[in-house]
Amino acid sequence: MSMVLQHKLRKALNTGLLVVMSIASQAALSLSLEEQGFEIAAHSDRSDRGFSDSRVELKMILRNAAGKEATRKLTITTLEIPDESVGDKSLIIFHTPPDIDGTALLSHAQILEPDAQWLYLPSLKRTKRISSVNKSGPFVGSEFAFEDLTALELNKYDYKYLRSEPCGALQCDIVERYPLYQHSGYSKQIIWVDQDVYQIRKTEFYDRRGDLLKTLEMNEYRVYTDKFWRPHHFSMVNHQTGKSTELLYSDYNFGNDLNNRDFIKNVLKRTR
Amino acid sequence: MNTEISSTDRIARWIADAVVRRRWKIILLSLALVALTGNGGRYLEFSNNYRVFFSPDNPELLAFEDFQQTYTKNDNILFVLQSADGKVFSPRTAAAIEQLTEQAWQIPYATRVDSVSNFQHSWANGDELTVDNLYRDGAALSQAELDDRKAIALNEPLLNGALIAPDAGTTGINVTLNFPEQSLTELPEAIGKARELAGGIEQAFPDITVAITGISALNNAFAAAGQTDAMTLIPSMYLVLILVTLITLRSIAATFSTVTVIAFSTVTAMGLAGYLGIALDPIGMTSTIVILTLAIADSVHILVTMLDQMRDGKDKLTGLKESVRINFMAVTITSITTIIGFLSLNFSDSPPFWYLGNITAMGIAAAWLFSLTLLPALIAVLPIHVKQRTPRQSEAAPFMVRLARFITAHHRPVLVISTVIAVTFVSLLPRIEFNDQWVQYFDHRIEFRANAEFAMDNLTGLYLIEYSVPSGESGGISNPGYLQKLDQFTAWLREQPEVIHVYSYADIIKRLNKNMHADDESWYRLTKDRNLAAQYLLLYELSLPYGLDLNDRISVDKAATRVSVTVDELSTVEVRQFLEKSQGWLQANTPQAMWTIPTGATVMFSYISQRNIESMLHGNGIAVAGIALILILSLRSLSLGTLSLVPNLVPILMTFGAWAFLVGKVGMGAATVSATSLGIIVDNTVHFLTKYVRARREMGADRPYAIEYAFRTVGWAVAVNAVILMFGFSMLATSSFKVNAEMGMLTAMAVLIALLVDFFLLPALLMIGYRKEEVHYEHGPAAQTA
Repeated sequence: MSMVLQHKLRKALNTGLLVVMSIASQAALSLSLEEQGFEIAAHSDRSDRGFSDSRVELKMILRNAAGKEATRKLTITTLEIPDESVGDKSLIIFHTPPDIDGTALLSHAQILEPDAQWLYLPSLKRTKRISSVNKSGPFVGSEFAFEDLTALELNKYDYKYLRSEPCGALQCDIVERYPLYQHSGYSKQIIWVDQDVYQIRKTEFYDRRGDLLKTLEMNEYRVYTDKFWRPHHFSMVNHQTGKSTELLYSDYNFGNDLNNRDFIKNVLKRTR
Repeated sequence: MNTEISSTDRIARWIADAVVRRRWKIILLSLALVALTGNGGRYLEFSNNYRVFFSPDNPELLAFEDFQQTYTKNDNILFVLQSADGKVFSPRTAAAIEQLTEQAWQIPYATRVDSVSNFQHSWANGDELTVDNLYRDGAALSQAELDDRKAIALNEPLLNGALIAPDAGTTGINVTLNFPEQSLTELPEAIGKARELAGGIEQAFPDITVAITGISALNNAFAAAGQTDAMTLIPSMYLVLILVTLITLRSIAATFSTVTVIAFSTVTAMGLAGYLGIALDPIGMTSTIVILTLAIADSVHILVTMLDQMRDGKDKLTGLKESVRINFMAVTITSITTIIGFLSLNFSDSPPFWYLGNITAMGIAAAWLFSLTLLPALIAVLPIHVKQRTPRQSEAAPFMVRLARFITAHHRPVLVISTVIAVTFVSLLPRIEFNDQWVQYFDHRIEFRANAEFAMDNLTGLYLIEYSVPSGESGGISNPGYLQKLDQFTAWLREQPEVIHVYSYADIIKRLNKNMHADDESWYRLTKDRNLAAQYLLLYELSLPYGLDLNDRISVDKAATRVSVTVDELSTVEVRQFLEKSQGWLQANTPQAMWTIPTGATVMFSYISQRNIESMLHGNGIAVAGIALILILSLRSLSLGTLSLVPNLVPILMTFGAWAFLVGKVGMGAATVSATSLGIIVDNTVHFLTKYVRARREMGADRPYAIEYAFRTVGWAVAVNAVILMFGFSMLATSSFKVNAEMGMLTAMAVLIALLVDFFLLPALLMIGYRKEEVHYEHGPAAQTA
C-alpha cells in the first residue's frame, strides 16, 4: 500500500468517524454525559494517532508574581506507543541555564501507576532513577507539572460532557475530566476541545479542594503532514500565586525513525 | 452680669431661642439625621489583617511585599499537636498527624501543607533516588519503624525545632495560605475550617490536644479582640454613663437626654465611617468609648448650669436658654480643640489611628451639634422638676476657695515644689522603652494568646525573621562560593542564643549530596561543583509532589534563596539588636551582593513604634500650634495663650515619665496618646483661664482674687469632669487588646496629672512676679457672686 493510499484511507476513516460523531451528538440523549465526554476526548486523542515520533525545541519563560523572568531551553523527543493502556515515552534534554546543560530526563509514562523516570546528571556522569509516587510538583520551577506537559493519555481520566460554546472563532465542546491516578495533584480539569480539528484549546486545573488553580491556554496551532496538530504557544497562569509560565515551541520534526531502543536508560549518557 | 454682649453671645442667644421654639422640629430633624447617617453603619466591616497597622508606604511593609512577591505570601495556620503520653511517634499520634495533614488541604486558600508525615524525605537505594513522605499509614507501622522515623525527623535541621520539638513530644502541621484578599470573609472561612478539623481530630483522638496558631490565627485575633471589646466594653460604658449622669444630675429626664445625645453622636460617627468605607479594627473600635467619654462633658455642662438656674428659681425654659447661652462658647472651643487633637492622628504611620482620630472627630462634632440642639429640645419637651433652694445657701465651694487661698498665699513654695516634681517626672522620660510583641497584644481572654503560648512553650517560636539572600547572578544559588557563605550564615544563626530554628537551602543541598553518594554521612557537605549543585536541585525538584515544591524557597531565576529564622519571644529592642547583629555578620563575612535586609512581620512590628513617633511629631506640633492659636484668640491674650502651653504639655511629658518609671515598656499606641490627651486636657485649662481672664478684665480683680474666682466657679466642674474622663479611659484599660489598654491608662494618667497641674502649677505660674504692694481691691471677695 502506497503512502498516499494509506493517507487517503485514514482520512476516509476519519471522515466516517466524524459522521458517526455528529450523529452521536444529535442523538445526545441516548448517550450519557459521561459517554459523551469520553467520546470527545477519545476523538481528540485518536486524531493524533500515528505520529510515530516527534522532536521539538522548547523555550520556557517563568514569571513570578512581581513579573521577574527566568528562561529554560530544552528539547523534547516523544515516541508514540500505540497501545492505549501504556503511555508514550519521552526524552527531555536541558540546554539552559548552562549549569544544567546536558541533563537528560527519560520518562516512560504509565496510566495508573507512577511514571518510570531516569535523570542523567552530566556532572556526576551517572544516571539516577527517580523513585517517587507523586511527581505533580512544578516542573523545573515552572507552573507546569510534568503531567501537564506530556501528551494526553485517554485512560488517565474519567470524563463528563458539560456543554458546547464558542471559543474564539471556533465552537468548542467542554468536558470535565477526573484524574484516576490517586496521587494526582488535581481534583479535576475542564478542557475546551474545538469541534473543527478536535484539539484542546484551553484547560482549567482544579486543586484537591476543587478550587481553580491554573488555566492553560494553547495557541498557534499548526498542522503537520496534513494531520497532526500541534500548539506552539502555551500559557499557564497560576491563579493562587500569581506566577505564570509560557512555553514557546519551535517547528516539530516528525518521522525520525525512532524506536523503543532510543528510549532506554543507557541512551541518556549519549544524548550530547 | 456682663455688660458687653459679644457677637458670639448673640448667636448663642438666637440658637437657644430658636431651638426651644422649634423643639419638635429639632427632635424630628435629629432623628432623620441619625437615621440617614446611621444607615452607613451597614457598610462597616471588621478588618482582619495585621497589615492594616502599616500605612501603604511604610518602608518595612514595602520590603515585605517585595519579598512575598519573590517567594510566596506567608499567611499560615500552624496546628500544634500534643498527645497525653507526650509521644509524637506512636502509631496513634502518627495516624492523627497523617489524617490532619491530608484534611488540611481542604482549608480554603491552602496552597501548601507541611508536617512530619509528608516531609519529603530523600534517600539513596543503589542508583535510585527515592523521595517520599517520611511515613505512610503510620497506624500500621511498628514502634521500631516509628522510632526510625523519629530519629530521621530529629536529625533533620528543616524539621527539628520547627515542626517537631527537640524532645519529640509535640509536633506541628503548617498550612500555608494564599488569600486572594478580595473579601473579609476569606479569613473566617479558613479559620472556621481549621477549627472544624482540629475539633474532629480531638474527637477522634481524645488524648490529643490541637491548638491553632500562626499568622492567620493572629489576624483572626485582631477581629476577635475588637468584637470582645465591643461586646463587653461598650455596654459597661453605657451603664457607667447612666450612673454618672444620674448621680450628677439627679434627674431621669436629664439622664435620658444625655444618653440620647451620646448614642446619636456615636451612631452618626459610626455611620459616616461606614459611608467612608472605613474598616474597623480594635483600635478604631475604641472611638465609640472615646466619643462617649468626651461627649458626656458637653451635656453635663449644659444641664448642670440649667438645673442650677432652676434651683435659683428660674423656670425650665428660661434656665435652659440661659444655660445654652453661657455654655455655648466653652462647649464650642473645647470641641474644636479636641477635634484638632484627634484629627492630628492622621499623621500617624498606622492607619487604625487615622480611623480612630477621624471617627472620634466626627463623633465630637456630632456631639457638639446635638448638645446645642437636640439636648435643649428634649429638655424643653420632657418634664423636669427640681427642688428650689430656699434661703440661698452660700456654700460657695469652700474647699475650692480654701485651696485657691492656700496656693496664692504660698505661691513661691508651691511653684518650687510643683516644678521640682514636674521636672523629676519629665527627666524619667528617656528611660521609656518601646515594645511591640504581637502575641502580648492580646490578653488571656483571647484564645490566640493561650494557643500561641502553648506553641512557644512546647514546639517552636512564632516570631519569624526572613532573609532573602541574593547571590547577585541568575542561577547563582548553585555557585559553591554562595552556598558556602549561605551555610556559614546558617551555622552562625544557629549559634545565636535567641534563635530557635533556621530553615536554609544549604541543608537541602548537603542532604542531596549525601543521597547521591549512597547516603554516606561523610558526604553530608556542600559540593564544590556549581553544575552538580544545579543538577541536584533539578533532580530533587523533579521528585517533589504538588504543594511541596521549593518555589517558596528559591527565586524564579535561581538568584536568591530564603532563610527563615525563628526567634524567641524577644522585646523590640532585642529584635533590633539581633537584626543589626545579623546584618553586621553578613557585611563582615560575605560579598556585598549577599548583604540583605531582613523582613517579615516581626521586623515590621519592631519599627512600628518608632515610625509612629516620628510621624506623630509633626502631628503633635500642628496640634499644639493649632490649640495654642485658638487659646490666644479666645482668651484674647498672647501671654496667657502662650502660658497655657505649660499646663497643656507638661502633664503629657510627666505622664510618659511616670510610665517609664512605673511600667517601663510601651507599645505603638503611645505615640498617639500625646495628641489625643492634649485635645482633652486642654479643656480644663480653657475653663480655668477663661474664668481667670473674666475676673481680671470684667471685675478688675487682682491676680489672687481672679484665681480664687476661677477655682470657685469652675473648680468642681473641672474636677468632676476629670474624674469622668479618668473613669472612661480607665475602662479602656480593661480592653483585651493591649494597645487600647495602654492608650486608656496613659490618657487617664494624663488627665489626672493635668488636673493637679491646673490646680497647683498653673495658679503658681500666674502668680509669678506678683507683689503685694500692687493690691488694690476694687471688689471685695465677699461682694462677689458667680
